[in-house]
Amino acid sequence: MVQVGELREGDTILRLEDVHMYFGKVAALAGVSLEVKKGEIHSIIGPNGAGKTVMMNCINGLYRPQQGNIYYKGEKINDLRPYKRAELGISRTFQKIELFGGMTVLDNIRLGRHALLKSGILSGSVYVGKTKREELETRKFIEEEIIDLLEIESIRDKTVHMLPYGLQKRVELGRALALNPELLLLDEPLAGLNLEEVEDMARFILDLNEEERWKVTCILVEHDMGVVMDISKRVFVLNFGNQITDGPPEEVQNNPDVIKAYLGEEDLYATRR
Amino acid sequence: MNGSGIKITKDLTIPKLFVSQCKKYGKNKVAMREKEFGIWIPFTWQDYYDNVKYLCLGMVSLGLKRGDKVSMIGDNRPEGLWAEMAALCAGAMGVWLFQDCMMDEVKYIIDHSDTKFFVGETQEEVDKALSIKDECPKLEWIIWDDPKGMRSYDQQYLISLKRVQELGKELDKKEPDLFENLVNEGHGDEICLLFYTSGTTALPKGALLSHWNMLTMGQNLMSVDPCYDTDDFVSYLPFAWIGEQMMSISCGLQVGYTLNFPEEPETARENIREIGPHVMFAPPRLYEGMTREVQVKYIDSTWIKRKVYEFATKVGYRVANLRFERQPVPWYWRFLNWIASVTMQEKLKDHLGMSRLRHCYTGGAAMGPDHFRFFHALGVNLKQIYGQTEIAGISIVHRDGDVKFDTVGTPIPNTEVKITEEGEIISKSPSVFSGYYKNEEATRKTLVDGWLYSGDRGFIDEDGHLVVFDRSKDVMTLSDGRPFAPQYLETRLKFSPFVQEAWVIGDERDYVTAVMCIDYSVVGKWADEKKINYTSYPELSQKPEVCDLIQKQIEEANKDLPGPAKIHKFVNLYKAFDADDEELTRTSKLRRAFVENRYQDIVNALYADSDMVHMDTTITYEDGREQRIKTDLRIQNVNI
Repeated sequence: MVQVGELREGDTILRLEDVHMYFGKVAALAGVSLEVKKGEIHSIIGPNGAGKTVMMNCINGLYRPQQGNIYYKGEKINDLRPYKRAELGISRTFQKIELFGGMTVLDNIRLGRHALLKSGILSGSVYVGKTKREELETRKFIEEEIIDLLEIESIRDKTVHMLPYGLQKRVELGRALALNPELLLLDEPLAGLNLEEVEDMARFILDLNEEERWKVTCILVEHDMGVVMDISKRVFVLNFGNQITDGPPEEVQNNPDVIKAYLGEEDLYATRR
Repeated sequence: MNGSGIKITKDLTIPKLFVSQCKKYGKNKVAMREKEFGIWIPFTWQDYYDNVKYLCLGMVSLGLKRGDKVSMIGDNRPEGLWAEMAALCAGAMGVWLFQDCMMDEVKYIIDHSDTKFFVGETQEEVDKALSIKDECPKLEWIIWDDPKGMRSYDQQYLISLKRVQELGKELDKKEPDLFENLVNEGHGDEICLLFYTSGTTALPKGALLSHWNMLTMGQNLMSVDPCYDTDDFVSYLPFAWIGEQMMSISCGLQVGYTLNFPEEPETARENIREIGPHVMFAPPRLYEGMTREVQVKYIDSTWIKRKVYEFATKVGYRVANLRFERQPVPWYWRFLNWIASVTMQEKLKDHLGMSRLRHCYTGGAAMGPDHFRFFHALGVNLKQIYGQTEIAGISIVHRDGDVKFDTVGTPIPNTEVKITEEGEIISKSPSVFSGYYKNEEATRKTLVDGWLYSGDRGFIDEDGHLVVFDRSKDVMTLSDGRPFAPQYLETRLKFSPFVQEAWVIGDERDYVTAVMCIDYSVVGKWADEKKINYTSYPELSQKPEVCDLIQKQIEEANKDLPGPAKIHKFVNLYKAFDADDEELTRTSKLRRAFVENRYQDIVNALYADSDMVHMDTTITYEDGREQRIKTDLRIQNVNI
């Protein structure tokens, strides 16, 4: 197990070094390097098929890059399985919702906490001592920190597949938060939401990033340029597996290569404002 | 006496009563509960006392003086009530705003009332106050109680409720007797609440209510329907509605029952079920909502459940009708009713949170006879309350065993109600208000020789019950010269679960017509089952199938109406009436003059030979955004 220390704001929390990822002969990532600092919202943008989700999958361990290294808090995590990386504090949401549809909202969120629970089946069945304390703490954490934040009190006992899409997205964020992550990977959290839901979700992300209690570092993959340019500290641009640029939003917006990569696709990336 | 044995004198004030009740119950009894983070959290009377005391002293140390105004806005929660009580303890007046007030309304009320302290709940309310701060020079402090989203605010005049209470504690250490002295300085004739009436016609008017008004009202109601300190009450309707003040403050304080605050407005229905209150007072729209929900769930349920429901309602209606007619209920009907109660009524009441309900009131607007019968058939003792803000909320109520669904009941003790020669309802009681704030003219018109002129038309029937016809200016004259109340027709139409709102037109016209607002979720669900595609409210409302559906509902309501009152034509509106568009008051009453003006084209088309009317207007969303709507509305004839 990798031992990780406390980082301060501005320290590098995640580093990708010349990462290559091939599917057959197709290079989904062709030598990508990224450095994410603690406390920032770092967005990854690019046209469809640029490799954004592949990058996310490499970070959380669903894919293993053939070449290059990934460092989390200075330690190489290339060989760690996804659940091990989750234990380190890397949590994520998915572009297409990956919740357990037949379970309640609360159960889904609780499941996100599972990696941090220590009590076993036997002690769980009698509910005394440590297990009881752990259970109470879990409840307190989920209710006070997550349900209250995401304003999902009224649906906590509803079955997930009965909920509208916008709320399911919120529940998925809730489940990712149950892990109490230090690094949160958000894969298109705004896709398919209406204007009001987008505003809510953007506010949640900002709250998570700024609120003293959370201070979560976020990697955001998103097509909604209005929101991306508004809330990101840095923006990383990807095109067909190649890194185009990485910098503050103003710089990226004026970068000729970015404009070129997006040329003809203005409509697709029209902001909602 | 009133279940509490408290003697109301001119010297007694709400704060004095509050202090004596807190001392009586102390740590041994729960004064209120709030559901927070999924758990009901209790506050004892001692907690209630401490919180109010420190908040009051805190505001005093920030400069609150006797007679100042404290405005409050936010969901129902203990902090809201503490703020109100703290203001009253300091001798200040409380002003409540509806949570969903638009900016203009907030500004008007804050400015008109000369508010010095503003107590909001969250960032949203603070934002409202900040945006009008410059235009309301008398506003000095903005207090908030939920820290969420407040991290980036640093204005000097913003302060948290916790911090105010800390200031209060510091002041208490310096002057330990100050709080009780402040409370003891008060007198029953002083004004405690400045209540802005929603007004179906003009700008809101601020009614001044004294401690004496509020306390006598509570006492008179409680002497009719006693409550006990072991009772539970759920406080979830806006404090800016007089009915909620009546139950939470006047009656609640005198009786000492436990107030319960829901977790969020969206969870209120669920939370009511968890508590199972003994007393409930709500405007008709809530009962209409419950009726609609039951009707829709009935359609959705399985065959066997539907059959049981049909049997039980048939029995329930029969028994309720016998009771309404004051005839003895034969033993076999009583037996059948017992079966109905065991198989269906009790379970349904449990789902509606009504299983322990002893007193259930509706008021604030007219309720249709169909809804009324529906609840009595379920075995719910629903009663009408009639009153105005200007008489502290209540002058008339139904008595147990003497409920008539077309009346509002008989006067409460110490209250006289008369009908003037013009047919206007006037009343007199110790609870009649002292006038409108900064509006002499309106006061003169409303208050004559101690009689409160209601502006409602009605009569007193052979049993001494008051029948409220309608607002005087709303009463229609039918083609045969008979007077008719449009709201009677509208409430009948609203009994259909597919109809959310209705507006009946026909004053001095050849025939009666209606503008209908469909219930989006119910009709939407119906359309889904019928495989009708739609994307929005405007589109759904104009589908020929939906028009036919509404036509059927109108034909059903037409059945028992006299010829000239039958509805001939109708149109489905492209949106539901909304208080944000000023079409309804904040208490959901239709502002007839306003809609008549706004939908002039529709009215004209309904009385012309056309079958289509073209609309081009703008609608406003709650957050202030506007959208232009262009659409064609179908005008449909009803088979008479």
